[in-house]
Amino acid sequence: MAIENPQPERVNYLNKEYGIGSWLLTTDHKRIALLYLISITFFFFIGGFFALLIRLELLTPAGDLVQADTYNKLFTMHGQVMVFFFLIPSIPAVLGNFLVPMMVGAKDLAFPRINLLSWYIYVIGGILMLHCMATGGVDTGWTFYTPFSTAFSNTKVIEAGLAIFVAGFSSILTGLNFIVTIHRMRAPGMTWSRLPLFIWAHYATSIIQILGTPVIAITLVLVVAERSLHLGIFDPKLGGDPLLFQHLFWFYSHPAVYIMILPSMGVVTEIIACFSRKRIFGYSFVALSSIAIAVFGFLVWAHHMFVAGISVYAALVFSLLSYAVAVPSAVKVFNWTATLYKGSIHYDAPMLYAFGFLGLFTIGGLTGLFLAALGVNMHVHDTYFVIAHFHYIMVGGAVMGYLGGMHFWWPKISGRLYPEGWARLAALIVFIGFNLTFFPQFILGYVGMPRRYYQYPAEFQVLNVLSTAGATILGVGYLLPMIYFLWSMRYGKPAPDNPWNAAGLEWKTASPPPTFNFDQEPVVTWEAYNYEELDAPHREEVPVAG
Amino acid sequence: MSEEHKESSLTFYVGIWLTLLAGTALTVVAARIDLGPFNAAVALTIATVKALLVALFFMHIKGAHEKLLKLVVISTVFFLFILLALTMADYGTRAWS
Amino acid sequence: MHSQAAAVHPEVHNPALLHHFAEPQQQRDAASLGMWIFLATEVMFFGGLFCAYLIYRIKYFGDFAAASQTLNAALGAANTVVLICSSLTVVLAVWAAQHARRTMLLVSLVLTIILGFAFLGIKADEYKEKFELHHVPGASFQFQKSIPGHPDQMANPQHAQIYFALYFIMTGLHALHMIVGLGIFLWLLVMAWKGRFTPEYNTPVEMGGLYWHFVDIVWIYLFPLLYLIDLHK
Repeated sequence: MAIENPQPERVNYLNKEYGIGSWLLTTDHKRIALLYLISITFFFFIGGFFALLIRLELLTPAGDLVQADTYNKLFTMHGQVMVFFFLIPSIPAVLGNFLVPMMVGAKDLAFPRINLLSWYIYVIGGILMLHCMATGGVDTGWTFYTPFSTAFSNTKVIEAGLAIFVAGFSSILTGLNFIVTIHRMRAPGMTWSRLPLFIWAHYATSIIQILGTPVIAITLVLVVAERSLHLGIFDPKLGGDPLLFQHLFWFYSHPAVYIMILPSMGVVTEIIACFSRKRIFGYSFVALSSIAIAVFGFLVWAHHMFVAGISVYAALVFSLLSYAVAVPSAVKVFNWTATLYKGSIHYDAPMLYAFGFLGLFTIGGLTGLFLAALGVNMHVHDTYFVIAHFHYIMVGGAVMGYLGGMHFWWPKISGRLYPEGWARLAALIVFIGFNLTFFPQFILGYVGMPRRYYQYPAEFQVLNVLSTAGATILGVGYLLPMIYFLWSMRYGKPAPDNPWNAAGLEWKTASPPPTFNFDQEPVVTWEAYNYEELDAPHREEVPVAG
Repeated sequence: MSEEHKESSLTFYVGIWLTLLAGTALTVVAARIDLGPFNAAVALTIATVKALLVALFFMHIKGAHEKLLKLVVISTVFFLFILLALTMADYGTRAWS
Repeated sequence: MHSQAAAVHPEVHNPALLHHFAEPQQQRDAASLGMWIFLATEVMFFGGLFCAYLIYRIKYFGDFAAASQTLNAALGAANTVVLICSSLTVVLAVWAAQHARRTMLLVSLVLTIILGFAFLGIKADEYKEKFELHHVPGASFQFQKSIPGHPDQMANPQHAQIYFALYFIMTGLHALHMIVGLGIFLWLLVMAWKGRFTPEYNTPVEMGGLYWHFVDIVWIYLFPLLYLIDLHK
């Protein structure tokens, strides 16, 4: 039975206007965030479907479910869809779009129409990708290495390249919008050191989006040109160098992984502060480490190319720099831990995801350091060790952060509370499923199972079966929130303005917020994460929301 | 803005324009002289000076009241430099036929 | 961060002020920062091409010199002059908008557009010549020329094809940006004709100007790099 809101319903961004036109032509950053939510969830299903087929094939040592060429397409499209159409947009386009203006105290992003344009560009890229997949797909690996992609592959490389080229502009415009908003639209009193660390994280992410994405854009242009005109820029037979492609590709694609993880770190920071009821330990260290990750992230790309043929000296330099880039991430882990210390810990679902993030990101990050060691890299490059490493960060880190954030801000976004019991259960299922899926892959890689192979020696089967079992459990864990979030929109308890008693301007306005976010422009006179004040017996009257 | 300042602003723009034209002429002339390995360096230096003139004075970075725009430009150039330099660190240290 | 203007100013009915900004200066500052960041992305976009060009030019210097010398350096120089003049007209247009000089604004915009078309016309002529000489990369590519300074050594056609591939992609991308720029300036001309720009509101002219200057700067680098290799030989 639908629970009616006892108060007459306030006008908010959801009910202000009805009709498909009001959604497709909206410039409200909150509605655009929901448009993105629907689109990226759609692509998450598609990418997950490919993962399912991969794991089904790998249940048995023989290549018996699909043909080799088909398997190549499966892992390629899993990667492309998950990276470019799910992970890169995910938190920035959904949570970032929704929260950045509110967290800085603005009515909207700096360029609302460009925000809507970015969604349409993403959709066009997505349609191109869907068409590409439906008419044969790509088999080059998500990394498009030349000269296979430019001269030998018989699949729809050009269309996939164009799809990603288009989607890249969506990413660029989002980043541009965030940077200008954070610089120009902060409310009176909102100084840089009072900003939520979620904002710092998105600022750093936006720097990477701005400076990195254009490089992969031009690289894809070169690949498309080379493939259509039989040029020799990357083809050794025609005087080109395949490594040049790899340099240009990874110049973006390494920083891209920081696009995928930084926003999640921002989410986790907000959650840990709220559910420890404490100010984040070392605010300026966490803020500056986000910027440091963005900058250092551009200096390490050739660690993906250690065995590709780069010079030993270049390898040394990039290995050293890769160790350096781990430092700011470690700084964050220390600060989160220090925040938890002597905090008043509450184990709500968002916090469970944050805990999961802490452990899994740490494992993923440490194994990154193993990979950055040249000697180790020789042995585990292109094995399941690498796959486990990046899935620990992308899924154990980024996706956990995304889910945690969706839970944390769901009351604000929808005006409804999700069922806490089910949410905690889902978090647990995700954690168990995730580890069962990917931990065996570390072992598999270490003992020598190569990546992108659809058949393997019989002695690897047990670990592969465990991994597939884990993937099934993980799938269940992902389905649960989708079900109960939808359920809550009709049957969930109406949410108060600030169900978590959390710090942050977004919590000082209604759930769901009015279209222009605040009834009165906020004037900020307090520091970030003022949990002591919030938890004090007599709350100070803060002159903000009407 | 005073009339004097208005006019001097216009004359200033024309002055920059003439400098840019002179730079172009210089580039072409220098290209015809054998400077050995320095031809490229000279050409790029002149190009950079011209680019700076356009950026500082035509695009008004010089007069910008906050450092942010300069930071954007410098960061961008820095990362472009990283792309070129670190890629060259690979190519420069291996023999590739 | 904008000043306490929101608390002090009453709503000024400036039709150009968008609702989510508190005051015109904030809107102007946002537009300016946004355009500069967009230009930063363009620098990195062209930057990838410059990286590829740098690598191959060093590696295949002789072949690149041979290929480069089949270009018409005079036309390239002429185009450089055309663009520099257009940058002047752009800067004059912005000045005119800021000082409410309508005729000067319109004339400057028209001159900019004419110069832009002149650039594209010269470019088209160059491309036509390349097409006729079979220097366009692809199935019908042909290249027979000796390396400048080494009359006994023939340039490697494959390496020359790489030069021409980069030449066409770099100048083609640049020309595409010119076309977009012309579109922007035609729109600015229409708006200026309708009297939309005042000393208080001329941001589109400024922003269009920034874009145009950027396209000019790219050419300032393309010209010596592509046209002037080893011309003394």
